[in-house]
Amino acid sequence: MTRLLLPLAGLVVLAALPGFVSEYGLGLMIGAVTYVTLASAWALFSGYTRYISLATVAFYGTGAYVVAVLNEVLPYPLVLLVAALIGGAMALVVGLSTLRLAGVYFVIFTFGLSELVRQLITWYEVNVTGTLGRYIFLDISARGIYWQMLALAAVTIGLTAWIHRRPLGLALRVVGDDETVAAHSGINLARTKLIAFVLSSVILTLAGAIVSPRWVYVEPSIVFNPTVSFLTVIMALLGGANRLVGPALGAVPLFLTFEWLSANFPDTYSIFMGLLFIGVVFALPEGVLAGVDRLRARKLRAAA
Amino acid sequence: MTRMTRRGALRILALTASSGLALAAGTATAQEDPVTIGYAVARTGANATGAGITTIPNYELWVRDVNEAGGLTMPDGSQRMIEVIEYDDRSSNEDLVRAIERLASQDEVDLILPPWGTGSNLAAAPLFARFGYPQLAATSVTDMAPQFADRWDRSFWMLGGGHDYASGLVDVLKGALDAGTINNQVAVVSVADGFGIDLIKAARPAFEEAGFELVYDETYPLGTSDFAAILSEAQSSGADSFVAFSYPPGSFGMTKTAQSMGYNPAVFYVGVGGAFPVYPDIANGQPDGVMAVGGVNADSPEIQDYFERHTEFVGQPPDSWASAITYASLEMLEQAIERVGLDKEALSEELASGTFDTIIGEVQLENNQLRDLWWVGQWQDGAFRAVGPADKDGAVAPVIPKPDW
Repeated sequence: MTRLLLPLAGLVVLAALPGFVSEYGLGLMIGAVTYVTLASAWALFSGYTRYISLATVAFYGTGAYVVAVLNEVLPYPLVLLVAALIGGAMALVVGLSTLRLAGVYFVIFTFGLSELVRQLITWYEVNVTGTLGRYIFLDISARGIYWQMLALAAVTIGLTAWIHRRPLGLALRVVGDDETVAAHSGINLARTKLIAFVLSSVILTLAGAIVSPRWVYVEPSIVFNPTVSFLTVIMALLGGANRLVGPALGAVPLFLTFEWLSANFPDTYSIFMGLLFIGVVFALPEGVLAGVDRLRARKLRAAA
Repeated sequence: MTRMTRRGALRILALTASSGLALAAGTATAQEDPVTIGYAVARTGANATGAGITTIPNYELWVRDVNEAGGLTMPDGSQRMIEVIEYDDRSSNEDLVRAIERLASQDEVDLILPPWGTGSNLAAAPLFARFGYPQLAATSVTDMAPQFADRWDRSFWMLGGGHDYASGLVDVLKGALDAGTINNQVAVVSVADGFGIDLIKAARPAFEEAGFELVYDETYPLGTSDFAAILSEAQSSGADSFVAFSYPPGSFGMTKTAQSMGYNPAVFYVGVGGAFPVYPDIANGQPDGVMAVGGVNADSPEIQDYFERHTEFVGQPPDSWASAITYASLEMLEQAIERVGLDKEALSEELASGTFDTIIGEVQLENNQLRDLWWVGQWQDGAFRAVGPADKDGAVAPVIPKPDW
C-alpha cells in the first residue's frame, strides 16, 4: 500500500507547490519536470533495450510544431491528441525501418532523423507555405503548463513501472541483455522493440506540445535544437537509465547545475558542461544509483 | 589596475552582481541605490554571433557611458548608477523565458533589456507584457510589428519588416533602371530561412511592379558553403543586377566567389553581414559599390562619434545596421527615465509618445514602431553609407554600376 501512497502524496505536494514559489521558481520547476519527462520517456525504450537514441528532439520538436500549425484551428485538447497521433505514426514508420540497425548505426540514424525532420519542415514551409516561423498564441498559464507536464511525467514513470512487471518488460530486458538469446526464447524482437519505441516517442512528442506555448514563436532551428537530445541522454545515464526513478534523479540535479552555470558563468558554461559529461561517462557509466548499490554491496561484504 | 580594460571591469561587475554578492556600485559618486538593469542574451549557441556583434557590445558601451557620466538622471535631478545582471540564454527560447522570469520575479530588476533576434524577442514579449516592462526590440525584423504592438502595448519594434527592406531595394534599383544604367533583368537568390523567405516573398511582386524581370530566382539551404554554381548561373542569366537575400556566411561566401570568378554585375547586393565591420576584409579590401541591408548616415557627427567610442571600447567599429539602432534605443530609455522616472507604465507611455535626441537623429515612434529607418546602404570610399530611402536626410546617391572588383 505504501508503495502506491508515497508517490501519490509526493505528486500532490508537487502539484500544490506553484502556489508557494515565484514565477522564476515555477519556470525552474517546469524545466526540471520537462527534463524528468524526457529522460524517463527516453529510458522507457533505451534504458531497457540499450539502444541509444538521439532522436529525442525529432519528436519533441514535432510536438511543438504540431501545436504551432494547429493552435488556431483546433481546440487545445484535440491539438494534443493530433500531436500524439503524429508522434506515434512517425515512430511507427521510423521503428519499422530502423530497429534492425544495431549499435552505432542506430545512434547515427536517430541523430540524422532530427536533422531530416527539420529539413523536411523547412523545405515544406519554404516551397509550399512560403513562410518560416509560426506563432503560438495560446492562453495557457505557466501553472497550466507545469501541471500538464507533471501529469505527463507521472504517467511516464507509472507506465514504466507497469511495463516492468508485464511480459513486455521482461522481454525488453532480455532484448537488452542479448538479442540472440531473446530471439531463441521465442520473443518477437521487432514487435517488442517497436511497442516500446512508439510509447516512448508519443510521450516525447506530447512533452514538446505541452511546453511549446511558452515559446510563442516557433521555427525549425529553434525547436530542433540537438542539445535537447544530448542533455536527455546524459541525464538518463547519470541517474541510471534502467532504473525506474534513475532518469528523474539524473535530470533534476543536472538541470539545476546547468541553470546555475548559465547564470554565474555565462561565457564558460559550455566548458563546464563538457567536463561534466566526461566525468559522468568515466566515473559513473552505469549511473549514480548503480554506483550507490555497488558501494552498499562493498560495505556489506566488508561487514561480513 | 590601470592595465585593466573597461570591458573587463564591466564583466566583473556583471559577474559579481549575478552571483548574488551585494556590490555597492560607484560608491564614490552616487549615494543613491543603483538602478538594476537585467538582460538575457545569447553568449553561447547559434545566436551568439549576432548578439556578440550587435547587442552585447552596445549594452556594455551604454552602461559604461552612463556610469562614467555619473549614472542615470532621475526626474528630481539626482543620479543613480546602473548595476547589470546578465544571463546567458544559450540561444534557447526555453532558457530565455526562464531567465526573464528570473530577472523579473527573483532579481526584481528595475528594467529589462531585450534579447537579440526576431524569434527571441517574440518569445520574450508575453513576459515583458505580463511583468509590465517596456520592451525596446531593436534587433527584430518582422512584418507583423503593427499586430504585435496592438497585442503587447509596451512592446516597441524598431527594425522594420522584410517587406520594407525588399521594397526599399526595389526603389533604389528602379531609379537606376529609369536612368538607363541597368537593364530590367534581375538575378535573385535567397536563403531558406526566416529573413530570406520574408524578403524574397515581398521582393517578387515589388520587382515585377517596378518593371523588372526575375530571370533567375533560386533558394539555397542554410549552411550552403559552395556558391560557384549559383553565381555562374546568375552570371549567365544576363541580368545586370545580382541580389542575394542572405545571412552572413552566405553574404561572405558569395562575395569571395564573385571575386574569384570575376563576376562583376552592375549591382551586387547581399543581405545580413554586408554592413558588418569585417566586410571590407572579406571583400579583400574592395567593398566599394557593394550594397547591403541597413546603412547609417556616415557623415553625421553623432554617428562618427558613436563609431569612435564603439571602436575604442569594443576594439572594432559597430555594424552599420542594427548597432546604431540598438544604441539609440538605449538613449531613448535613458531620456525617458530622466523625464518620468522608473515607473514602468509612465516609462512605456513616454517611449510611445515622446521625442528623443539620439545618435540616429531625432526619434519619435509611430504606433510603437520606429519607421524612420534606412533600408539600403552601399560601401563608398571604405564606409557603409545609407542610400535608401533616397529622400531621407543624409542619404547619398548610389554608385551604379559598381566598380569592378
